[in-house]
Amino acid sequence: MLDALIPAFLRPESASVQAAKVDAIFIGLLLISSAIVLLVVGLVLTFAIRFRRGSSAKRGEMPSLVSREFEIGWTAATLFIFVFIFWWAASVEIAAFSPPKDAIEIHVVGKQWMWKTQGPSGTREINELHVPVGAPVRLLLTSQDVIHSFYVPAFRLKRDALPYQQTETWFQATRTGTYHLLCTEYCGTDHSRMLGRVIVMEPQDYARWLTRQPERDGLAELGERLFSERGCSGCHNAGSKVHAPALAGIWGQSVPLEGGRMASVDEAYIRDSILQPQRDVVAGYEPIMPSYEGKLSDGEIQALTAYIRHGTDRFDLIGSLDLAPAQNICAPGQTPQDAASNQTLRSPAMVPGAPASGETPQ
Amino acid sequence: MSTGGDVLDKTPERHLREPWDELRLPEGRAFSYQRAGATFGIWVFIASEVLFFGALFLLYTAMRLEHAADFAVAARETNIVYGTLNTALLLTSGLFAATASQASEQEGCRRLTLGCLTATVLLGLAFMVVKGLEYREDIERHLVPGADFALKAPATQLFFGFYWLSTAIHAIHLSIGIGLVVRLIWKEWRAPGFLFENPQVEVAMLYWGFVDMIWIVLYPMLYLGGRGG
Amino acid sequence: MSGASSDASTLANPRELDLGLPVSYLGDGYSVASWLFTTDHKRIAILYALSITFFFFIGGAAATLVRLELFTPQGDVVGADTYNKLFSLHGIVMVWFFLIPSIPTTMGNFLLPLMIGARDLAFPKLNLISWYLNMAGGLLTLAAVLAGGIDTGWTFYVPYSTVFSNTFVTLAVLGVFVSGFSTIATGVNFIATVHFLRAPGMTWFRLPLFVWSMYTTSLIFVLATPVLALTLVLVIAERTFNLPIFDPARGGDPILFQHLFWFYSHPAVYIMILPAMGVISEVITCYARRRIFGYSFMVYALVAIAVIGFFTWGHHMFTSGMSPFAALVFSFLSFIVAVPSAIKVFNWTATLYRGQIGFESPMLYALGFLGLFTMGGLTGLFLASVPIDVHVQDTYFVVAHFHYIMVGASVSAYFAGLHFWWPKVTGRMYPEGWARFAALLMFFGFNLTFFPQFIAGYLGMPRRYYTYPPEFQVWNVLSSSGAAVLAAAYLMPLGYLTWSLFYGARALNDPWNASGLEWRTTSPPPRQNFFGNPQVLAPPYDYHPEATPPGDESRIAEEGALT
Repeated sequence: MLDALIPAFLRPESASVQAAKVDAIFIGLLLISSAIVLLVVGLVLTFAIRFRRGSSAKRGEMPSLVSREFEIGWTAATLFIFVFIFWWAASVEIAAFSPPKDAIEIHVVGKQWMWKTQGPSGTREINELHVPVGAPVRLLLTSQDVIHSFYVPAFRLKRDALPYQQTETWFQATRTGTYHLLCTEYCGTDHSRMLGRVIVMEPQDYARWLTRQPERDGLAELGERLFSERGCSGCHNAGSKVHAPALAGIWGQSVPLEGGRMASVDEAYIRDSILQPQRDVVAGYEPIMPSYEGKLSDGEIQALTAYIRHGTDRFDLIGSLDLAPAQNICAPGQTPQDAASNQTLRSPAMVPGAPASGETPQ
Repeated sequence: MSTGGDVLDKTPERHLREPWDELRLPEGRAFSYQRAGATFGIWVFIASEVLFFGALFLLYTAMRLEHAADFAVAARETNIVYGTLNTALLLTSGLFAATASQASEQEGCRRLTLGCLTATVLLGLAFMVVKGLEYREDIERHLVPGADFALKAPATQLFFGFYWLSTAIHAIHLSIGIGLVVRLIWKEWRAPGFLFENPQVEVAMLYWGFVDMIWIVLYPMLYLGGRGG
Repeated sequence: MSGASSDASTLANPRELDLGLPVSYLGDGYSVASWLFTTDHKRIAILYALSITFFFFIGGAAATLVRLELFTPQGDVVGADTYNKLFSLHGIVMVWFFLIPSIPTTMGNFLLPLMIGARDLAFPKLNLISWYLNMAGGLLTLAAVLAGGIDTGWTFYVPYSTVFSNTFVTLAVLGVFVSGFSTIATGVNFIATVHFLRAPGMTWFRLPLFVWSMYTTSLIFVLATPVLALTLVLVIAERTFNLPIFDPARGGDPILFQHLFWFYSHPAVYIMILPAMGVISEVITCYARRRIFGYSFMVYALVAIAVIGFFTWGHHMFTSGMSPFAALVFSFLSFIVAVPSAIKVFNWTATLYRGQIGFESPMLYALGFLGLFTMGGLTGLFLASVPIDVHVQDTYFVVAHFHYIMVGASVSAYFAGLHFWWPKVTGRMYPEGWARFAALLMFFGFNLTFFPQFIAGYLGMPRRYYTYPPEFQVWNVLSSSGAAVLAAAYLMPLGYLTWSLFYGARALNDPWNASGLEWRTTSPPPRQNFFGNPQVLAPPYDYHPEATPPGDESRIAEEGALT
């Protein structure tokens, strides 16, 4: 195949149906571009040497008719080549619009600075996504705070996750393995650490993995309720105006403290942080949290700890966000008409070329 | 304060500025060139301003298409009496501005020019006063987006965000216009004959006319929406 | 200032006519006030040159730290927040306080009236005011940096910039906003000047291509900048007065911000490249000793780029989830806008054919421009193809692409023009050997810095990453080493050009035997630009390669019959 033209270390991993198609266009474009660069550089060098000052080459005017024909000729040729590339790229793009009907549906929520995913049977993961090889997977993306972008280089897949809106994309993995999941829309301090892994498994391994996923126990549920009742969520939730560390996914992690120390997040640390919040302040945050000494019983602290341990990610968030599904965002595979039938259109004025079939004002 | 003949004859000479004075043309022609250049310049600037407000109106269009019902609710909360009064004030000021621009090019119309300019400024100031009253009422009725906003529907805050922003931007433009006209009056008062055939009058009045036009677009957007039928 | 003790009464070449001229514009007053309150377009150009040089090195210092940090995959030189502030500073300063003003406000200001035979710009006071506005904007932005920095990136994407960033966004945005007035004022001034102050005989199709490029750039200045201004006002209003506009939590639409922002910022790319194309057209014709190939096509191409450039902004947003139909329309228009650029490259190449080509340093920069612009333009086609763009959007591929256009092409052209017109501006010659060495070093350093970034980007390295997966290190090491070479190459002209101000040989009025009207006066020109009344009798680029090498006979200015 053509991609043998590029040495292996210059080729990104390719592990999806779309990746192969993108690579084909890329190589085609690369060949055309290289030919043009060689032509231009070759001509410039040839002319520069042949017509250097004082050389014996013939000078004199070209007939104006020839120059005009040249001009029209290469304008037409360029236009033709460019339109051809456009047609090729556009046809690949159009072919990739539709996710198959039986695609596995996975919700993805981006937040500063992690990816949360929820699979069809309720399996929740943080910064990880397990999928079976060979099966189409449809992603429904949203964000809890700023704009993020879900990028898996090996799949040639990228889609922005927008706050309070839902975007869609899909892929079909073709090779098992572990691939980078990156955030490519700048989202603040730890943008470059908003990394994850996409793990593509054989279908039977995937089925086994699914059965091993833990249920969340009653203690954590109680903790979740306490988390909002006692006002923790007022500061520690993503949407909060108060600048407090988010707690999702920090269990077992090392966090930098004020003064350059590090702390690892375990039961003791969380207990200390609730009772003596001024002692170990996470670097970059103000010591504004009041102590809960005497306000929470030991049992309640345990419940909160269990909640933090099992994940503060509440995927009903997707429901509670009150998403107006975006219509200027069309899932690959949906025509705008499909999308519009059950959704309210978002700013059709901003969609040049797309039929605006939403309600029109007055 | 007679606008005597000797002053008038020297008009091109007094108003010619660099680099137009070095075109090596007869003074009269150089001056008409300078006037055309100045007028052309302000038209280009107005084209730029149209894009500025065009983006603002695009914002309104996009938000209103998305939240048509809420926008209708919110638009009913603006004070149409103040709005209409202001429209009348500004349109009248535009009439005086146009008259001043024409009068400045006629001989012996100094008093008319000055009078029209003064009327323009006074009407502009009246607009600002009415706007101030309206702002005070809006604040009293909690129509400032924020925690204790008066209306329930969520996107009404978007409407009032746009309301405060667009009227404030318009008021800034109008203040600049008032400043320009006051400067003209002051110059004429200090040096009689300054306004006669001065391209600055037409330039300032074109700007004034543009600010008028913006209000004519803003008025239905802010006051008439949701009130029809 | 700038060691301007030259007096034009002693002509370097006794063969040239001594027209009994007044002192040059440099000798027209030596006090600080005579510079700060000048309305002379040439002096204002010098003021701009000083300020953009200052901002260029500020932005460059930030870039140096960024490249230093990226030498290793871990974060070790600066912290994550500092890194984010550094690349934001680099982007904001380089885009708005170096690249956009660079060629228009220095060479444009200096040369536009000279090239069309005018005494000054149409509105000299406005010209001075626009320098002050530019400085005010720049200083506000620097104040934001000194106060603690800004970490939004140069794109100020909402809701990060309005709701989430804890840095000094308002101050920096205000700085950019103020500088926008400067840009619009310059645009109005240039357009009116070209319309009204052309010398007798200087018809529209006798304008040098540099003037056409300034004219088309000014159109974009005037029509695109206000949209940015409004967008920035909206960001300020949302941040400062808490008005709901883009905040999605209150019904706003962050995608709308991106549409408004790119409606300005894509044409802004053409603001940066069109003037460069103008400079290259002047330089290539002079050193190839040939009339430009296809003058009218070159003019139409400039206009076409300026116009179509307004309708391609959506290709920055293919992954933010626009309708697939909109994406295809923007993709198509992005391919179309590449056609006039390609025409220009072919025409420059054809201009070399049957020329009498000399390799002085401006020509070296211009030939470098041809290569780098071709590379940058062709990689633009990759980004215009939706499926490939989805893969490389927001990766180093994009970073490399726009640096090829904006640094490779535009900055090369800036240096080509700087060397080409240096004798005219200062009346002094620079050391040619050093200049050639710097040109070659810059070309080499640039490619070493940015070519590896294409590969890193294609392999999947996202931009704006403080730390990165270790497999990308080899490309980053190459890139950072190239940046060191590039930094040295950029410092060299600062050294030898400054040296030449004091010790350089006196320049002839027309050291390159060039054809433009700007060479038909003394070097440096007097305050009034010309002696007598320039009159244009022929189309531009009146060069004759058949003439005996090594050059044409010296052109001698005759009053009344120029060009």
